[in-house]
Amino acid sequence: MTHYLDFERPLAEIEGKAEELRAMARTNEEMDIEQEAAALDRKASDILKDLYKALTPWRKCQVARHPDRPHCKDYIEALFTEYTPLAGDRSFGDDHAVMGGLARFNDRPVVVIGHEKGNDTQSRIARNFGMARPEGYRKAIRLMDMADRFGLPVVSLVDTPGAYPGKGAEERGQSEAIARSTEKCLQISVPLVSVIIGEGGSGGAVAFATGDRLAMLEHSVYSVISPEGCASILWKDAEKMREAAEALRLTAQDLIKLGVADRVIPEPLGGAHRDSDAAITSVGSMIETLLTELSGLSGEDLVAQRRRKFLTMGARGLAA
Amino acid sequence: MNWITNYVRPRINSIFSRREIPENLWTKCDECGTMLFHRELSDNLNVCTNCSHHMAITPRARFHALFDAGVFTEVQVPEPIPDPLHFRDQKRYPDRVKAAQKATGEKDAMLVAEGEIGRTPIVAAAQDFSFMGGSMGMYVGNAIIAAAERAVERGRPLILFSAAGGARMQEGILSLMQMPRTTVAVQMLKEAGLPYIVVLTHPTTGGVTASYAMLGDVHIAEPNALIGFAGARVIEQTIREKLPDGFQRAEYLLEHGMLDRVTNRNDLREELVTITRMLMGLPPAVSGDLPAPDPDQTDQAEAADSK
Repeated sequence: MTHYLDFERPLAEIEGKAEELRAMARTNEEMDIEQEAAALDRKASDILKDLYKALTPWRKCQVARHPDRPHCKDYIEALFTEYTPLAGDRSFGDDHAVMGGLARFNDRPVVVIGHEKGNDTQSRIARNFGMARPEGYRKAIRLMDMADRFGLPVVSLVDTPGAYPGKGAEERGQSEAIARSTEKCLQISVPLVSVIIGEGGSGGAVAFATGDRLAMLEHSVYSVISPEGCASILWKDAEKMREAAEALRLTAQDLIKLGVADRVIPEPLGGAHRDSDAAITSVGSMIETLLTELSGLSGEDLVAQRRRKFLTMGARGLAA
Repeated sequence: MNWITNYVRPRINSIFSRREIPENLWTKCDECGTMLFHRELSDNLNVCTNCSHHMAITPRARFHALFDAGVFTEVQVPEPIPDPLHFRDQKRYPDRVKAAQKATGEKDAMLVAEGEIGRTPIVAAAQDFSFMGGSMGMYVGNAIIAAAERAVERGRPLILFSAAGGARMQEGILSLMQMPRTTVAVQMLKEAGLPYIVVLTHPTTGGVTASYAMLGDVHIAEPNALIGFAGARVIEQTIREKLPDGFQRAEYLLEHGMLDRVTNRNDLREELVTITRMLMGLPPAVSGDLPAPDPDQTDQAEAADSK
């Protein structure tokens, strides 16, 4: 069953009608509905085009959080071979909100790390909705360290509402873990390519996304705070999330203007969830392009360029 | 008579009403309720003389007490472009900044200075919670980078006093990008082999804690300072249970291994001198009323300065 977002209601009605017609035709063979159904299909596709032509920032947040959107696990399964998950932070536990390990990307061995949100109730709970605890970041640090020592490029797939706000997470040093993970990103002398595939939620995203290149899917977002959080603080009303999303400039398109993101990866019409395979393929070819761009650079150059990138970031505001 | 009642008397009254009566002669301690005389309080660095509650202190007042004879030179911070996102909530962001500048007399939420503490040359940076909650935006990032660069240039340790609710939302993603930017600044210090000491003051939360405030060689916190990543209310709503007493307070973090020490503000200076001198390989600090320093030690101080 398709999961429709609130602004997709007109689309849901038309697609629902077409579906009903076809269901009726299946039970009653004399009915000839094809023409009518095809007309409805055309109408639906027009509506879809129209809706997605210029998504507002808040709608983009909704698409970025769409439950059927391909998640980290889907990308790893489709784009990488010999994926060998590696677990644990060697000091407390293994965080299932963060997955990662060794894998081959177009034959070259790499380390892949990402947030996984899960795709049904059970896996969402197991993955803690993609909200990592300190152990997740410490696992990532360990994997990046390994990549650095063995000269393997790192690919990170970012998709998190944010780091987990929990009692244990605080006690075990959530802040320190995030800070160290960001520090590790800036230290390693191997290429680090990040893709925001859904939500880039604040510090929890920075911890993996501080790389040589940052690509974002067309309808993904990356923000210092969720629009709801921002609205409740600055507007004193969480319902003002539309205004907050607008003001925060969190879309891939704005982040290019600000010089925070380097590339935008086009999504299939109607968002990545409407054609997961196509979205995954596009992400794959972007990763290949970016890794190739970086392959000629020495470790020293990579680190120096990465640091310069962040030191000069934001100097020109929206004109970057 | 008319001339007197209508003109002279109001003039005289206005002169008298303008007579200087300092507004806040007394401050009530928000912890124990004791009324504290302003001079006594500022002499005690805004620490309650009755219950030792640490109240906020401005970077300038802190530096005045920290540096030898209160002498320090401000380090210029490159100013970022104002309002990079053209952010507007219920107020325009530039208006919020202007109001904060007017209220504090400072440019933004961080002050950087160099000078000597216990005749030990240092660079110091202090965050100003009274300036938009100390929030970290481009200016604060630039300030930390400028502080690190100056420290590296002069071969001095950096002591940073943190105080912030987190990132400055009005600078959106660019405020978030101060996490990696300030991390690069810390890396500069580490690579130059210079100590980086963080003093976490009340409150230090959010993206600030998750970057430069947790990357120090030594972490010292002021008593009872709130230090954490997520806000207590958010955590309570998420886990649906009451948090223990003292959760996210300095002493709690010390118990959980996130801090090296919790130190009263009035003892901080001496402790910082002791630690930095050891890390810099300098002889113990001399204290007390001593005759003029002998040339030998001056040489050493200079040698350390120009290293």
